[in-house]
Amino acid sequence: MSAAALARWGSRTLIGVPMVFLLSFFLLPFLVVFKISVSEMDIVFFRDVLTWVDGLITIKINFGNYLSLAQDGLYLGTYLRSLGYAGMTALICLLIAYPFAYCIARSPADQRPALLMMVMLPFWTSFLLRIYAWKILLADSGVFNQMLLALGVIAEPIKMMNTPFSLILGMVYCYIPFMILPLYATLVKMDLSLLEAALDLGATPAQAFWRITVPLSKSGIIAGSMLVFIPCVGEFVIPELLGGPQTLMIGRVLWDEFFGNNDWPMAAAVAVVMVLLIVVPLAFFNKHQAESNAQARA
Amino acid sequence: MAFLQIRHIVKQFDEVFAVDDVSLDIEQGEIFALLGSSGCGKSTLLRMLAGFETPTSGQIVLGGQDIVGLAPYDRPINMMFQSYALFPHLNVWDNIAFGLRRDGMAKPDITQRVDEMLEMVQLKPYAKRKPHQLSGGQQQRVALARSLAKRPRLLLLDEPLGALDAKLRQRTQLELVHIIQRVGVTCVMVTHDQEEAMTMATRIGVMSEGKILQIGRPEEIYETPNCRFVADFIGTVNLFKGRVSVDEPDHVVIDSPECSHYVSHGITGTLGMEVDVAVRPEKMVLQTTEPTALERQADAEAGRNQVQGVITDIAYLGSLTTYHVRMASGLVLKVTQTNAARHTSVPLASGDAVWVWWGGSDIVVLTR
Repeated sequence: MSAAALARWGSRTLIGVPMVFLLSFFLLPFLVVFKISVSEMDIVFFRDVLTWVDGLITIKINFGNYLSLAQDGLYLGTYLRSLGYAGMTALICLLIAYPFAYCIARSPADQRPALLMMVMLPFWTSFLLRIYAWKILLADSGVFNQMLLALGVIAEPIKMMNTPFSLILGMVYCYIPFMILPLYATLVKMDLSLLEAALDLGATPAQAFWRITVPLSKSGIIAGSMLVFIPCVGEFVIPELLGGPQTLMIGRVLWDEFFGNNDWPMAAAVAVVMVLLIVVPLAFFNKHQAESNAQARA
Repeated sequence: MAFLQIRHIVKQFDEVFAVDDVSLDIEQGEIFALLGSSGCGKSTLLRMLAGFETPTSGQIVLGGQDIVGLAPYDRPINMMFQSYALFPHLNVWDNIAFGLRRDGMAKPDITQRVDEMLEMVQLKPYAKRKPHQLSGGQQQRVALARSLAKRPRLLLLDEPLGALDAKLRQRTQLELVHIIQRVGVTCVMVTHDQEEAMTMATRIGVMSEGKILQIGRPEEIYETPNCRFVADFIGTVNLFKGRVSVDEPDHVVIDSPECSHYVSHGITGTLGMEVDVAVRPEKMVLQTTEPTALERQADAEAGRNQVQGVITDIAYLGSLTTYHVRMASGLVLKVTQTNAARHTSVPLASGDAVWVWWGGSDIVVLTR
C-alpha cells in the first residue's frame, strides 16, 4: 500500500470509529425511541408497530402521542418553560461570564492558567453536593435569610428555595464555566492592535468594545450559549433539588411518563420532541460555524 | 513655528529610558522618517504621537496645541499600523468608513469620501471584500485609505511596508509617497529599513538608545554622518582610527596605522586629537598595477590617498561587486566597483595584490 493510500485509510479509520460509535449508540437508539413513540399503549406494555399474525403483516403507526403533545397545554407549557429557563440561564451566564472571560484574557499571560484553573475548580467537588449546598444557603431558615434578618434588612424570611430564582441561580452556578471557557478562547486570541486602530480612528473605548470586541467574540458567544442552553433544556437534577411546583421542566415530565405513568410511547414522544428542540438550534450553530470557517479559508 | 514640535520628550518604562529627551521640529507637508534598529525607541515615540503611550515628561505641540493630554480618539492624527490592523469582520468599505462614522459624518458625505478613498488607492472593485480576501499589497492600501479617510493633520506610518515582500516593497514605496504628497498630509514614519527611509522621507532622524543622533536629508545623513554610529548604521563604511597630525583651515592630515590621510577640508578639531576617518566603499577605486612615481606625485598633488592590500573575498552582487581588501595592518576595507561592462578587462581574484585610492574630499572625519 502506498504511503498516500495508507494515510487516507488511516484518516478514514479515525473518522470512522467515532462515526460508528455515534451511529450505534445515538442514532439507532434514537430510532428505537422514535419507533416506541409512534406505537400504541396496551394495558401494561406498548404494542409493537409491526405485527405478524396469521401471515398478515400489520404496521400501525400511532401519532396520537404527538397530537396530545401539541394539544395538551401541560406539555406545551412545560416545553416553553424549559426553553425559557434555559434561555434565561444562558443569558445570565453570558452577562456574568463575559466580563470574567475578558479580564482573564487581558490579564498577564503568566497568570491566566491559574485564573482558568479557578474557573474549573468547582468541578473537583461532586455536582450533587454543590447543588445540595445551595439548599442550605437558600432555605427559609438558611444562611442568607438568617444574615438578612440579623442585619435587619428584612423582617421575615424571603422565600428563595423552590422558586424560579433558586432554579436559575443553580443552573447559572453550574453551567457558567461552560460559558467562560469558549468566551475566553475567542477573546484571548484577539489582536489588540485592532482596538488601538479603533481608538485611533475616533472610537471611544466603549464604542471600540461594542464595534470590535463583541463582534469578534461572536463565535465564543454562540458556542458558550449553546453549551449552556442545550443541557439546561433537559436538566432534571437541578429543578428537582432547587425548583418548585411552578418550575416544572420537561425532564421531570419525561421522568413521570416513564416511571410514574409507565406510558413508554408518550415518554418517548416527549423525548423525541425535546431532541428536536435542541437539534434545531444546534444545526443553526453548525451552519454558522461552517460559514465562518469557509470565510476564514477563503 | 514648526507644525509639529516635540519638546524634551522622555518615556521611561520602569528603570529604562525608551525615549530619552528627544526634541524634534517637523514642518507641514514633510515626510519624516524615524530610523533605527529595533528597541531604539522609535516605535515608542510614534505611539506617543498617536496617544497610545503617555510621555513621562515633555510636550508634543501640533499646530500650536499641546496634545499630550488628549486621548487617541480626540487627536487629529491617524496611524497606519504595521500589521494594518484591519477589522476582520468588516468589509473594505466599512473599514474605511469606520472613522467617519465615529465622527457622526452625514451618510452621503461618508459615501462620497469612502468612494474617493477607494478611487485613490484603486480598490473600487474590492469594496465588498473582507480583509482576508485581499492580498498583502491590497490590505496595505486599505489600511492607508482608512488612515487618510478622516483627513488627519498628521499621518503616522509604523513600518509601512514591513509586511510586504521585497519586490512589492520597492514599487509600493514610491506609490505611497505619491499618495501622501497628493493628499498633502504631514507624515511621520518609523522604519528599520534605511533604504525605505531614504526613498520615502524628506528628512530622516537616526535613533539609537532612545536618542536622536542626527537629523537631516537622506543625502546629508549618508554623505556627512556626524558620528560613528550613524556612519556605520546607514550603508557600509570603512573606518580608520587615527590622530590629527596637520590641522590647517583648508586641509588636515590624519595619521592612521594604514596610511596618512589627506583631507581636503578643515575640521573642528585640534592637533593630536583622536578621530575616525570614514570612507564609503563606492568612493574607493581599485587599481591592479603599482602606481608609478609619476602617478604617486599626481595623486599627492590632487590630494588622493592610497594604500596597498590583498583581496581576501569577492562578493558579486550583480550591479556591483564588493571586494574585501586586507591592509598590512590587518584592517579589511570594503571596496565596491560598479559592473558597468559585462566583462572586466582584468578579472580580479582572491589573493591578488591591489592598490586602493580615494579622494581627499571623500573623507568624513568623525570626532570621537
